[in-house]
Amino acid sequence: MSGRVVTAAEMGLIGCRRCGHVMQRPQAVEGSSCARCGAGLHWRKPQSLERCWAFLIAAMILYVPANTMTMMKTINPFNSTDDTIMSGVIYLWAAGTPELAVIVFVASVMVPIGKFIALLILLISVHRGSSRDRVGRTRLYRIIEKIGHWSMLDVFVVALLVALVRFDLFGRVEAGGGAICFGGVVLLTMMASLSFDPRLIWDTPEKT
Amino acid sequence: MTDDDNGVPEPVVHRPPRWRFSLVWLVPLVAALVGLGLLVRTWMLAGPTITIEFKTAEGLEEGKTQLRFKEVVIGKVRSIELAEDFTRVKVTVDLNKDASRAAVADSRFWIVRPRADLGGVSGLNTLLSGAYIGVDIGKSAESQRAFQGLEVPPAVTNDSQGRGFRLAAADLGSLNLGSPVYYRRIPVGRVVGYELDPDGRGVSLQVFVDAPYDRFVTPSSRFWNASGVDVNVGPQGFKLNTQSLVSVIAGGIAFQAPDNGEPPAAEGLRFRLYSDMAAAMAPQDKVLLALRLRFYQSVRGLAVGAPVDFHGLQLGEVTRIDFEYDAARQRFAADVGAVIYPERLGNAYLALRSQLRQADGEAPRRVFERLIAQSLRAQLRSGNLLTGQQYVAMDFLPKGEPTLAPPQAGALVVPTVPGSFDQLQSQIANIVDKIEKVPFDEIGLQLRDSLGQAHQLLKTLDGQVAPEMQQTLEQARQTLRSAEEALGADGPMQQDLRGTLESVDRAARSLRTLAEGLQRHPQSLLRGKPDDPVLLRLSPLPQQGLEQTPP
Repeated sequence: MSGRVVTAAEMGLIGCRRCGHVMQRPQAVEGSSCARCGAGLHWRKPQSLERCWAFLIAAMILYVPANTMTMMKTINPFNSTDDTIMSGVIYLWAAGTPELAVIVFVASVMVPIGKFIALLILLISVHRGSSRDRVGRTRLYRIIEKIGHWSMLDVFVVALLVALVRFDLFGRVEAGGGAICFGGVVLLTMMASLSFDPRLIWDTPEKT
Repeated sequence: MTDDDNGVPEPVVHRPPRWRFSLVWLVPLVAALVGLGLLVRTWMLAGPTITIEFKTAEGLEEGKTQLRFKEVVIGKVRSIELAEDFTRVKVTVDLNKDASRAAVADSRFWIVRPRADLGGVSGLNTLLSGAYIGVDIGKSAESQRAFQGLEVPPAVTNDSQGRGFRLAAADLGSLNLGSPVYYRRIPVGRVVGYELDPDGRGVSLQVFVDAPYDRFVTPSSRFWNASGVDVNVGPQGFKLNTQSLVSVIAGGIAFQAPDNGEPPAAEGLRFRLYSDMAAAMAPQDKVLLALRLRFYQSVRGLAVGAPVDFHGLQLGEVTRIDFEYDAARQRFAADVGAVIYPERLGNAYLALRSQLRQADGEAPRRVFERLIAQSLRAQLRSGNLLTGQQYVAMDFLPKGEPTLAPPQAGALVVPTVPGSFDQLQSQIANIVDKIEKVPFDEIGLQLRDSLGQAHQLLKTLDGQVAPEMQQTLEQARQTLRSAEEALGADGPMQQDLRGTLESVDRAARSLRTLAEGLQRHPQSLLRGKPDDPVLLRLSPLPQQGLEQTPP
């Protein structure tokens, strides 16, 4: 990191996030609105950290039932099988399709957990006002924003099967509580990463 | 605070964060509530964990196999492991909360697999779905966590309505677990268990009769083995009896109760299992008398159980046949034991007993001793010539020397006489003896000689007599022909004869005329013929007659 970075805030300016109009920064940012489009003006995303924390905690709570509860229930005339995420992975592995098992494992287990860890790192580092490796952290944020929706894969599969496999008497697939919880987890982590304002990474004073 | 004019950046001012409650915190709160709710629900749904021991875990799968009660899933197998001594497998099952009542002391567990036996096929659905554990939830209030699994499904579940009874039988026959119990040929129950008596001398069967039929079992009901096809070859001939096609294959028990309005029998009452219907329905004989008989003849065809017959009434049966050697007579003898039921004589017995005015205990013996004194004898008779069955007949047979068995305590010795068949046999033997005395060889030789002579005679006749005979016959025929010719209708002899007869006729007519003339005129003998006109008138008649006669 070299050179002095000048931010709009330092220059006493503020931009409207809706229409891009740059204005003199008012005395009190909260409550002011854009002179051109009338949108509320914020110095940073409002309550960014608070919201991010709330969504992250909710997602982590829901992740427990998402993994322990039935994801998918397969019913045929003679039997009914309850599958959780991990039992599905084990089944796929045992059934001789390790590549599918890896895909499901990555999408359903590693991605959500990775997001939790990444968001925790970002949030804690911002709270502590850390100035270490801001570029890396910003890149981390970009990654989790990009891959966030890919972990919806499991939910999509279940939704597809439930819709397709409907042979009333001979077999059907039902979504279990785990699928709903897992969908919630993915949604909440996406919301958490959305509500995080990456500029906060740079708001800490540079240690020189 | 800020001064835009000098172009110097202002320091970033951080406001102290105002920690105020934001609505966004409702999101994790809701998530926490949902998670907690699910957790609580899971915890609430989880019932007790039980272990069941089985001989084998065939078809069971950890985490998959279900525990079902009346086909409703009430639990799931958590783990399967070997018991400490490796003789059995221990299956750990998580029960659902609402099925926690299943973990009581008298619950029974078994593995439901496809099962085919003679009574039918069951558990076919497990062919595709895999085995599951069945449970029969007990009624006990005492809870239990470890169970011994059954190897076969119980025939009677705890919630089946009905009553169980015990049957004592000599052997199991073709009965098996699940063999049906019939009442008037309707299947009303089944055999639910059997075991050998502790002393090994019989078999105890447990049967279960379903409600509402259980009320037809009364204390005096009779049970009999209705297994298979009952073919009896006895002195009465062939007897074939079946209960149903299923019982033919799988065996079965039938019962019937006398129609006397008895109350239903109590649960667990013990009955005797008779070998067949006839035995079961036979009147119960309370008074019995043991007999001892001795026969010097063959007892072939006489079997234990053969009837003892009195004037066609089956009075009892043969109970044992022993063989012994009579040193005094240097002969083998059959020592036959039998029991008779004097009450089967009915009123006759009552009459005999009242005549004796005897105490009840000794009465039957006294009655029969008296009958023996009146020449009551036992005899072996052939019941069925085709099969050679024999029975013991008792009858009054004053003739013949009776054979007496050595006396035996408790048994009445009945004198015996050789059987009718035996007598017949000896008579035939006599005849055969006599026939044997006939010198058939000699007769044969003589017969042959005679036949030879006869043959020669015939030859002579044929050679000499026959041609002469032929000649004679020829001559006779010629003679007859001549006679025939002579006597023919147009033969000369006939014509001569006719002429002669006509002459005789004319002569006779002349004589008549003469006689008449003489009668009228006797004087003409002396005076000659008068000229009487009458006479003249009359005379032409004979004259005319004479004239008219052809020459």
